[in-house]
Amino acid sequence: MWNYSEKVQEHFFDPKNAGAVDDANATGDVGSLSCGDALRLTLKVNPESEIIEDAGFQTFGCGSAIASSSALTEIIKGKTIDEALEVSNQDIADYLDGLPPEKMHCSVMGREALQAAVADYRGEEWSDDHEEGALICKCFAIDEVMVEETVRSNNLHTVEEVTNFTKAGGGCSSCHEAIEGVLTRVLAEKGESFVAAGIGGAVPAVAATPKESMATGALKRIRLIEKVLDEVRPALQADNGDVELVEVTGKAIYVHLTGACSGCQMAAMTLGGIQQRLIEELGEFVKVLPDTEMPVEIAGA
Amino acid sequence: MKDIYMDNNATTMVDSVVVEEMLPYFSEQFGNPSSMHSFGNKVGFALKAARKQVQRLIGAEFESEIVFTSCGSESDSTAILSAIKAQPDRKEIITTVVEHPAVLTLCEFLETEGYTVHKLKVDTKGRLDLDEYRSLLSDKVAVVSVMWANNESGTIFPVEKMADMANEHGVMFHTDAVQAVGKLPIDLENSNIHMLSLSGHKLHAPKGVGVLYLKRGTRFRPLLRGGHQERGRRAGTENVTSIIGLGKACELAMTHMEFENVQVKAMRDRLQEGILSAVPYSFVTGDPENRLPNTASIAFEYIEGEAILLLMNKVGIAASSGSACTSGSLEPSHVMMAMSIPYTAAHGTVRFSLSRYNTMEEVERVVAEIPPIVAKLRKLSPYWKEDGPAENPEQSFAPVYT
Ligand SMILES: Cc1ncc(COP(=O)(O)O)c(C=O)c1O
Ligand code: FES
Repeated sequence: MWNYSEKVQEHFFDPKNAGAVDDANATGDVGSLSCGDALRLTLKVNPESEIIEDAGFQTFGCGSAIASSSALTEIIKGKTIDEALEVSNQDIADYLDGLPPEKMHCSVMGREALQAAVADYRGEEWSDDHEEGALICKCFAIDEVMVEETVRSNNLHTVEEVTNFTKAGGGCSSCHEAIEGVLTRVLAEKGESFVAAGIGGAVPAVAATPKESMATGALKRIRLIEKVLDEVRPALQADNGDVELVEVTGKAIYVHLTGACSGCQMAAMTLGGIQQRLIEELGEFVKVLPDTEMPVEIAGA
Repeated sequence: MKDIYMDNNATTMVDSVVVEEMLPYFSEQFGNPSSMHSFGNKVGFALKAARKQVQRLIGAEFESEIVFTSCGSESDSTAILSAIKAQPDRKEIITTVVEHPAVLTLCEFLETEGYTVHKLKVDTKGRLDLDEYRSLLSDKVAVVSVMWANNESGTIFPVEKMADMANEHGVMFHTDAVQAVGKLPIDLENSNIHMLSLSGHKLHAPKGVGVLYLKRGTRFRPLLRGGHQERGRRAGTENVTSIIGLGKACELAMTHMEFENVQVKAMRDRLQEGILSAVPYSFVTGDPENRLPNTASIAFEYIEGEAILLLMNKVGIAASSGSACTSGSLEPSHVMMAMSIPYTAAHGTVRFSLSRYNTMEEVERVVAEIPPIVAKLRKLSPYWKEDGPAENPEQSFAPVYT
């Protein structure tokens, strides 16, 4: 069973704005191949003010598709269409207190229905600009199409490069076989073959060395943390973002995400991924938190 | 009110008699059956008894034909990999499009290793074309692997006949009988089936124990090499308690075989008839003429399976669905797609799988609960208008797919 938040359940069991709006002047019909779900969004837009006065949805889909549709209509009602277009799929997911990675595409579908409905209202033709494939990396919610396109356009050859460019594979590593599969396929198109870079699974240096005294251990720990952050940096920079180490207090590691990453839909997942890497590298459990969550007494010091 | 469990093709409750049979072997007789001391001396006998109980249920000629494994998937992998390792010159495999992933995923992997895998197609009722099958049999084929009964639709394949056909061509035959064992009478002694997989947790034994039946004389290469357990055919200290549980469960299945095929079937039939007559635009998938007695797979058109399951769960009814969402995969169930069930119905399939623990009262409760659930979701569906599907549903709602 999926781990749905209370909020998702609430919007599924008791959806808001179900059904078509009677005198709608905008309709958006979209479907997601990756789940077979489909959604019709109808809007009643005030032609003077361009305010969305009413919104209704009809959804053929799973629990989170219905909940995402319901959330979307709640979010956009009362907004102007320009304001509504600012709503990202992450906003929809956040409104629902999060969605499982496999279900993020349900929120994407909601956003696309909105774009389609607005295009319909404006008499434009809407065409979708992104394609979706099977989810390859669950840790970072990266799908096959994304990996494949990145491999192709950046001429990548190794799993590590894929991780640096897309984050896929940077967490638990169980998706490495699938990533190798994509590499093998894409490289074969160019007449090249995939060669694995060694056996993988490098043992973190810290695990091999015996326990050290607290003093030198602490410094070493910080260096290791910095090293991990340096490793994930290229992937973040590819998204026009960056990460900085702010403070380490015991098991809590505070970082500052900048640029595209701070608000990007992946912020939480990025932190999760960094945390996973740090746990592996340090050989101990740590928690990675955004500096915004730093307790005042530390932040002030 | 007690929750209703109708998902027995996924897994079953361990029978309390089975649990009792197992308990002493956790703490009193915990020894290793291979040891010389008295802590293990009863264990060897208990394993032997369990082997006999399994042998009887599947009608094997010799008890040494029973190899205990860790699960159905391990038995499947062992069988197929053994067949190809033992016959390295044969580079083809015949299977079907509707196998369990335990077989299909392995076969797809073997394709990347240079094997040719022929997947037999099925018709709209999930039936195989035996002429197509015959035309593929040759001395290039290492093994045929065809399931006895399908886990989703319950459709039964004529595996005994197919094994005869394979035998005429000198081809090894394996069947994944994980869903069939305990529900259908099986007589392996008088069949040409060389290998058969079964799994404990589908017949009221614990999870994590399975069996590979290996007809005496069949060429074999173990998956796990090591100790002499299972006569060197499956190394690793035996999962003693679970094997003992499985033995007992097989004995119970034997005594309940008639109940399964009369009473359980009657409950299944009532469930199916009750739902179909109350819910318009619903139909049974698979082959109702050749079907497990406990399974009814019903497609509810224009709505999606996971949503149905969530609402059913809320009223305390457990079943499963072939929708893409419940499996976390891209497509709706490969079994439904293989039967060319339209996509707006394939997503809305719900599998009810009963057991001897269900009652007719439960069936009536489910029959009463399902129609309002379906109606509630159809009200939300863009394919549905008031009390029927929208006219030309596929045209009136034709979303842009991304
Ligand atoms: C037809 C079939 N084969 C194989 C399996 C796998 O069995 P196990 O879970 O014991 O590995 C199942 C169970 O899901 C099944 O239904
Ligand atoms: S699934 Fe890709 S790193 Fe965990």
